Amino acid sequence: MANAAPPTAQTDERIKEISSFRKALIRPELGGIVGTIAVFTFFLLFAFDSGMFNSRGVLNWSVVSAQFMIIAVGACLLMIAGEFDLSVGSMIGFAGMMIAIFSVTLGWPVWMAILVTFAMSVSIGALNGWIVVRTGLPSFIVTLAFLFILRGFTIFLPQVIERKTIIGGVKDAAEGDWLAPIFGGKILQGLFTWLGEAGLIATFERGTRAGQPVVDGVPMLIVWAIVLIVFGHVLLTKTKFGNWIFASGGDAEAARNSGVPVNRVKVLMFMFTAFCATVFAVCQVMEFGSAGADRGLLKEFEAIIAVVIGGALLTGGYGSVLGAALGALIFGVVQQGLFFAGVESSLFRVFLGVILLGAVILNTYIRRIITGER
Amino acid sequence: MNPEHAPIIQMKNIEKHFGSVIALAGVSLEVFPGECHCLLGDNGAGKSTFIKTMSGVHQPTHGEIFFEGEPMSFADPRDAIAAGIATVHQHLAMIPLMSVSRNFFMGNEPVKKIGPFSFFDHENANRVTMEEMRKMGINLRGPDQAVGTLSGGERQTVAIARAVHFGAKVLILDEPTSALGVRQTANVLATIDKVRKQGIAVVFITHNVRHALAVGDRFTVLNRGQTLGTAQRGQITPDELQDMMAGGQELVALEGSLGGTV
Repeated sequence: MANAAPPTAQTDERIKEISSFRKALIRPELGGIVGTIAVFTFFLLFAFDSGMFNSRGVLNWSVVSAQFMIIAVGACLLMIAGEFDLSVGSMIGFAGMMIAIFSVTLGWPVWMAILVTFAMSVSIGALNGWIVVRTGLPSFIVTLAFLFILRGFTIFLPQVIERKTIIGGVKDAAEGDWLAPIFGGKILQGLFTWLGEAGLIATFERGTRAGQPVVDGVPMLIVWAIVLIVFGHVLLTKTKFGNWIFASGGDAEAARNSGVPVNRVKVLMFMFTAFCATVFAVCQVMEFGSAGADRGLLKEFEAIIAVVIGGALLTGGYGSVLGAALGALIFGVVQQGLFFAGVESSLFRVFLGVILLGAVILNTYIRRIITGER
Repeated sequence: MNPEHAPIIQMKNIEKHFGSVIALAGVSLEVFPGECHCLLGDNGAGKSTFIKTMSGVHQPTHGEIFFEGEPMSFADPRDAIAAGIATVHQHLAMIPLMSVSRNFFMGNEPVKKIGPFSFFDHENANRVTMEEMRKMGINLRGPDQAVGTLSGGERQTVAIARAVHFGAKVLILDEPTSALGVRQTANVLATIDKVRKQGIAVVFITHNVRHALAVGDRFTVLNRGQTLGTAQRGQITPDELQDMMAGGQELVALEGSLGGTV
């Protein structure tokens, strides 16, 4: 009986060889890849002369895409872990407002305002998660409650304290701060100056900045997006914890039976989503120099749509961070591209609805191939 | 079975009360390494409660559990798993959307360290999975094949192979064949046989007498929370087992009208 198994693997006549093409189809990122190619082809054909692909145009849609990417990474990991967070948009508004109140109204140093805001947001994320795993209620409902609670405070606090809904002056407060440039600064300025001098990118022709490149560096927002995507992707696909994320979303009961700490995984993912929302908020506040009570409106849905376009299943257990990043890229390119192409911007919403529907149908089909269902 | 072998697990006069309901009224059972002990009984006989007590889900109201000769009380299933008692549930601990290899190592992921970070060792996981699956007679297309593409019997086999790989000494199978076709059932029964030959004690819960007789060494029948007795292989006929499970008399009356087809 010992070593009865033959050394070479037998093939089973019941298992069809699948072609490498079909194998390539079976990846969560497929929808995102196809969509990205389609969107770029479209705008290269119809908006090439509009300035969308010169340095300023590229920066324009890159920044918008990066904003979507930052919140999409958090939403993606959380969705794979089997939960939603509808409070992302309100969290962005709330976190931004807190930074403004701490640094402008209370006069705290900006670094302290940022750190305390991060601590608060992540704790609220943990509270969201804790309520979900404790009560067993759908995260849809719990985070919907926080959507209203946080938005309510975001409008209430500045009105009570400053009698207005927008608090400005953060830029002045951030002058010389050591932490603020991590969110509001730019990198690679030297490279862009060189590119401008070499005539590879556009430079200002007149005025006080004549000779300087129009785009003078990569905003930290884009750096954050890339860092979060790489972190999320590695965490999900290359670590033990990533396996737990898949397992928690795939079947929480089965995962628990195998010793996966499902509750811990879910709470941590709620915290990570809140962290991403706060990164978004801090970058935005540093860029605008102000916090407004309406910031981040509807961002939760945009994040979820980017994630779904990227191939994640709404029911959890399946998805990809790279796909979500591509979904966010499609989002940003189309939103800005329609503007460059001179299309009425309200049509963006029509596009959103259509692409969401298309993505979900494609994903359902891919999942059937993977699990062999008919 | 083997007189010089001590039983690996011994359940003595286990009673379990849920409020005013007496689910188990003094059940005793011993399981030896390398034997397949079949636990039979009709619905509501207390099989599930009994194995849940064995696997740490329930604590007995009265009675004692000896594991490897030592008195044991498991606070929760994790304790039991750590001691080497693995349960393969009827509704499996498998996640269809995940690959076989990710499922196989779920909760026990091998890691390799690169600098201060530890990563899931996919190479190692894939190799071990393919090896273990081949030993059980399942040819995978690849370790990244999703569990959803496997048949019910194959999924049971993956679950059993996983329990064995992670050092189970007692393997509790909760109705593994109840939802399977003939061919798949045969595969699972063959797997049980392989596992038993590796010296692992198997507790096989079923209400199908023919499945039990195919692999069982000993048979214990539960009825209304009590043991109706334990029989050795060859000392009991299928009909006798069937009668014991159904509680005897009533079935005799039924059999008359059904013409002995049950």
